[in-house]
Amino acid sequence: MKYVDEYRDPALARHLFAEIKAAVTQPWTLMEVCGGQTHTIVRQGIDELLPNGVRMIHGPGCPVCVTPLELIDKALAIARRDEVVFASYGDMLRVPGSDTDLLALRARGADVRVVYSPLDAVRIAADRPDREVVFFAVGFETTAPANAMAVLRAHQLGLPNFSMLVSHVLVPPAMTAILDAPDCEVQAFLAAGHVCAVMGWTQYEPIADRYHVPIVVTGFEPLDLLEGILMAVRQLEDGRAAVENQYARAVRRSGNSEAQDAIRRVFRIGDRAWRGIGTIPGSGLMLTEEFAGYDAEPRFAVAGLTAREHPACIAGDILRGTRVPTDCSAYGTLCTPRTPLGAPMVSTEGTCAAFYNAGRRVPSATTAELR
Amino acid sequence: MTTADPTRGACPVPLAEAEKVLLGHGSGGQLSAELLRDVVVPALGPAAAETVPEDAAVVAVDGLDLVISTDAFVVSPLFFPGGDIGMLAVHGTVNDVAMMGAVPLALAVAYVIEEGFPVAELRRVTASVGAAAAAAGVQVVTGDTKVVGRGAADGLFVTTTGFGRRLPGARVSAAFARPGDVVLLSGPIGAHGTTILSTREALGFEAEIASDTRPLHRLVAAMVASAGRAIHVMRDPTRGGVASTLNEIAAAARVGVEIDEAAVTVPAPVAAACELLGLDPLHVANEGCLVAVVAPEIAEALLAMIRSTPEGRCAVRLGSVVEEHPGRVVMNTLMGGRRVVDMLVGEQLPRIC
Repeated sequence: MKYVDEYRDPALARHLFAEIKAAVTQPWTLMEVCGGQTHTIVRQGIDELLPNGVRMIHGPGCPVCVTPLELIDKALAIARRDEVVFASYGDMLRVPGSDTDLLALRARGADVRVVYSPLDAVRIAADRPDREVVFFAVGFETTAPANAMAVLRAHQLGLPNFSMLVSHVLVPPAMTAILDAPDCEVQAFLAAGHVCAVMGWTQYEPIADRYHVPIVVTGFEPLDLLEGILMAVRQLEDGRAAVENQYARAVRRSGNSEAQDAIRRVFRIGDRAWRGIGTIPGSGLMLTEEFAGYDAEPRFAVAGLTAREHPACIAGDILRGTRVPTDCSAYGTLCTPRTPLGAPMVSTEGTCAAFYNAGRRVPSATTAELR
Repeated sequence: MTTADPTRGACPVPLAEAEKVLLGHGSGGQLSAELLRDVVVPALGPAAAETVPEDAAVVAVDGLDLVISTDAFVVSPLFFPGGDIGMLAVHGTVNDVAMMGAVPLALAVAYVIEEGFPVAELRRVTASVGAAAAAAGVQVVTGDTKVVGRGAADGLFVTTTGFGRRLPGARVSAAFARPGDVVLLSGPIGAHGTTILSTREALGFEAEIASDTRPLHRLVAAMVASAGRAIHVMRDPTRGGVASTLNEIAAAARVGVEIDEAAVTVPAPVAAACELLGLDPLHVANEGCLVAVVAPEIAEALLAMIRSTPEGRCAVRLGSVVEEHPGRVVMNTLMGGRRVVDMLVGEQLPRIC
């Protein structure tokens, strides 16, 4: 497939592995921010092929995973209502709330629908004026422009029966929170290419300066990741800490200004709770005053709902990168993609699910058995 | 190292799932296997629990090895690029019979029709059943029609039952795979599932892709004539895709399966659809290819023979059967890494970004 196969070439990959090996003189710890990158790394076994000492920590960039439990519970409370069509991206449906998930609600008769674009939810609202259509707006800066467009479109069509349950989060504040943690081991970041395609990378320059940490804007294909790792390792070896762009075919320094305008018009920056991490100041998007009428939380009176995480789940440590899934006592036993306790086991982009699906069962058996 | 949580018990089956059947129970993955194991098979007596689950069964009658299979078709939409529910119902059952190394002899067809369903569409489907059966050289000999009230069915469901006779020299079962065997795949994968999803959700790929639905019994007959008992397993990777089929073989034969990512052939538009939707082509349904596990000494010759047939032009050597990691399928990735290829858990859910 054009524009994909070129970035999966085994011979070029071997060459990049060799270059990384040649560049490394001491151990380094890198974090890939985005769940899509984690997915590629684990599926291709890239982390296990890196030279000794180059360690990848999997970051908090899975939108499904960082959506707080109480927001899932709010979604469930809204979806239970008779008058509601609850529309969501597919992989939010299996995320467990405190007592059930959206798939099980659907089996009991709730009108829960998978949509592929938030504009599909607006279309349902236009077609069914007798129903309240609620879209579950989750994700990072990547999905924010499309979700903003959905609100603008509903506004343009004058649809009183459309609203959004918003759980939008932003990458730079999360990176800062990780770097501020006393047990932080991250020495360089691979920033998420898609996020930067929207936002550009100017926001990352002060982070690189202040924490003296290399940040490489990186794509999602195997060769993108290898090149991103190589660029980060070279910076570390040289003692540099700059923002570099590996994903030049998609990302410009200033990003996509039209997409940014749409986000700014519909959303404002506010504090957000991250599942497993807690509240990070200024790390999320909420609807601006102009569009507050489209907020599903007050409309369905779920704003006060709170929830408690499963005690065995170490999702917070996983998302911060301080522990790996195989460190968890529930991993692979109590907690599997079939019976997930925490969100990182749900989405294919979640670190726990990525590990599990790649057959990483327990530390000793995994690699030994596979080799 | 199981840490039992007193608040949930050691076996954390979510309550809601204990009460209701989920769509994921029909996906052909782990949930489907659990439904069979826990609900369907135990009701059939102890002998049923002992047998390896297959899509068709051999019944010996007066010295003849007869093969029987039945399948219900509920595809939505009823018409899609490359086929329709009628054609699919014929091909699906013809192929299930064929995968036992058999030649299909006769079909029975049952239609469950929702009140209000347009007669013109029903005609299109019945004509398609007739045409597909004629093209496959199999007679539809009996059947049934039922009409249910509005809302009690989604337009039209079709059930076909196939009856056939095992070819002389054929003896295949998922349990017969053994270390050293070669895994062959007769064609490119992923076309059927992505076509259905794209058409159902109007995603816009349908202009470029079409279902691969086709009868495979002629290919099977040629393979059996060529290699006989050196063919140990034949399976068509329908729901749950190639990943589920290989996992079922690994589990039934208590062997490991190793495949090469470089050998997996996915047509470019199908690969593009899967990339965009976040689907793994190995989990996507096929209706026109088969997986064969064969003895190593005949593998190359058989592969060449398969490639000379119209159904198998793009056949590949996908991998091999090994003693290591029994019950598990491992893939050598393009990058030189290794990963386990698991069964689909439940419903295939497109991911966010």
